[in-house]
Amino acid sequence: MATVYQKPHALTGKPFHYCPGCTHGIIHRLVAEVLDELGIEGTTVGVASVGCTYNSYEYFNCDMVQAAHGRAPAVATGIRRSLPDRQVFTYQGDGDLAAIGTAEIVHAATRGEKITTIFVNNAIYGMTSGQMAPTTLVGQVTTTTPFGRKPELHGYPVRVCEMISTLEGAVYVERVAVNNVANVRKAKAAIKRAFKVQMAGLGFSIVEVLSICPTNWGMNPQKSLEWLEQNMMEHYPLGNFKGKDLEV
Amino acid sequence: MGERLLMKGNEVIAEAALRAGCRHYFGYPITPQTEVAHYMAKKMEQLGGTFVQAESEVAAINMVYGAASCGVRAMTSSSSPGISLKQEGISYSAGAELPMVIIDIVRCGPGLGGILPAQCDYFQMVKGGGHGDYSLPVLAPCSVQEMYELVVEAFNIADRYRNPVVIMGDGYLGQMMEAVTFRDEEPIYKADKSEWATTGSELKRDHHTVTSIYIEADVLEAHNNKLQRKYAEIKKNETRVEEFNCEGADVIVTAYGTVARIVKNVIKDAEKEGIKVGLIRPITLWPFPSESFEKYAGKCNDFLCVEMSAGQMIEDVKLAVNGRSAVHFYGRTGGNVPSQPEILEQIRRIMAEK
Ligand SMILES: Cc1ncc(C[n+]2csc(CCOP(=O)(O)OP(=O)(O)O)c2C)c(N)n1
Ligand code: SF4
Ligand SMILES: [Mg+2]
Repeated sequence: MATVYQKPHALTGKPFHYCPGCTHGIIHRLVAEVLDELGIEGTTVGVASVGCTYNSYEYFNCDMVQAAHGRAPAVATGIRRSLPDRQVFTYQGDGDLAAIGTAEIVHAATRGEKITTIFVNNAIYGMTSGQMAPTTLVGQVTTTTPFGRKPELHGYPVRVCEMISTLEGAVYVERVAVNNVANVRKAKAAIKRAFKVQMAGLGFSIVEVLSICPTNWGMNPQKSLEWLEQNMMEHYPLGNFKGKDLEV
Repeated sequence: MGERLLMKGNEVIAEAALRAGCRHYFGYPITPQTEVAHYMAKKMEQLGGTFVQAESEVAAINMVYGAASCGVRAMTSSSSPGISLKQEGISYSAGAELPMVIIDIVRCGPGLGGILPAQCDYFQMVKGGGHGDYSLPVLAPCSVQEMYELVVEAFNIADRYRNPVVIMGDGYLGQMMEAVTFRDEEPIYKADKSEWATTGSELKRDHHTVTSIYIEADVLEAHNNKLQRKYAEIKKNETRVEEFNCEGADVIVTAYGTVARIVKNVIKDAEKEGIKVGLIRPITLWPFPSESFEKYAGKCNDFLCVEMSAGQMIEDVKLAVNGRSAVHFYGRTGGNVPSQPEILEQIRRIMAEK
């Protein structure tokens, strides 16, 4: 019988600890499938960040380094500069990347570091129980915006891809979502392309993945997907921001 | 013996690191250590090494963390306010057991303070400015020649114990020019990092992980116990101290770095007045050379600790002397340096009170 579906080699097989319905697991799998298909698991070093995926090093089969909150792009810079013939990726949440780690991601991008960032935007701080993230939408209720995010009190949600795509060192910038099968396929294609851009030595690549956090959004997974489609996609339009036509 | 050159302390730091095989430097400009970066920027490009001017000290130390994870000799240099920013990364590096060298050319504080020399980083370096139970070897040279030798040694200690190592010098040591004699060949400790470094598995081995997080209490405690055993080993093997003129001394002065050099002149001045002054110069601030103090405590009745700070090392001196002798203190701050006459006056006062 032909095998049509199996665990990617680049995943260890350790069961994920993520909440039921959480899309972090899907995104892990997509990254692992890309490592498999490009044949680069053995030449890749990943950087885990601080958030619900702090221990993604237990799930990815490639060599992994755990970084302090927000510092993954700096750690990845040190790795990539030491291993010029390897691939390096960071896996970061929106609190990690767009709040405490804003300086690190902006400067890794502007230096054109040959790394790939998988940026998981779930509009909330998942791990620390649902506080406002820089990406939290206006009106969204979180544990630190109990009456909804108000611009006059809490400012506005940041659009990372739009911002990063203004930097010359960032050569591939795309926003995807994992809310349905078609989008999951597109997400995987974007992640693959981002790694290829890195392998071609072209510069910094980032894929922002819109993701759900049923636990802290206080909705079941299906409602969460609907909320993502109806609210997040409006503020965070999917699509390529840079590097669509790169030859890789 | 090899080349003898007249060089600035900061340049010697960089040259020593290169001679020790360091090809990865990450830093952010700050006075009074910036010449380290200038030297590295030039040499690394010529040698095909890595020089990155990071966006902050926070980023720089994390770049070192990444490079050290891959097993290469990596370093950063900074001065007091910059070191404050690095403390997060230093704690993570100690937890993840990453060999690296961190240079602190100390300036006066607190806050932005000033750019003049000081020794007021003793607490943040020796006692651990970052969070958690960790220790770092802290080497304190007192001359440009010793700076060179200790920087090379720092890389060896770092690799031998898989631990960050600090070189702490006051601003004078970074800025002054002195003759330095280089060895033709450096004594390099070659560590086998193949068991843990994250260099890519080539699918030929299990994947490696560099991390400082251990969520379960017992696992983290076991990790901490392992670190403490390592620190005990470092204490046993790496404590360095210079004792001078201590046997039968009326007063033993203790000082490190530039201040210790001034004290050596004071010893001559005091001798002319018939006062025998000894010197204990800690070369490693951690591990602290407590045994040297224990040896003379109770025999010499008066110790005088002189620092370019409001009194930081004196805490370790008191712990070592443990009440068996009086411990006096003299310090200057703000970039002022305790002068030869000032220190001599302190000694005269102690003698008068005897
Ligand atoms: C320096 C520091 N500050 C705060 C924290 C606490 N903390 C852990 S995870 C986290 C937020 C993570 O949110 P995000 O990056 O969005 O990841 P998610 O859990 O949503 O995937 C915070 C604030 C920490 N670990 N370190
Ligand atoms: S808290 Fe949210 S982001 Fe974290 S695992 Fe649960 S659902 Fe996923
Ligand atoms: Mg989040």
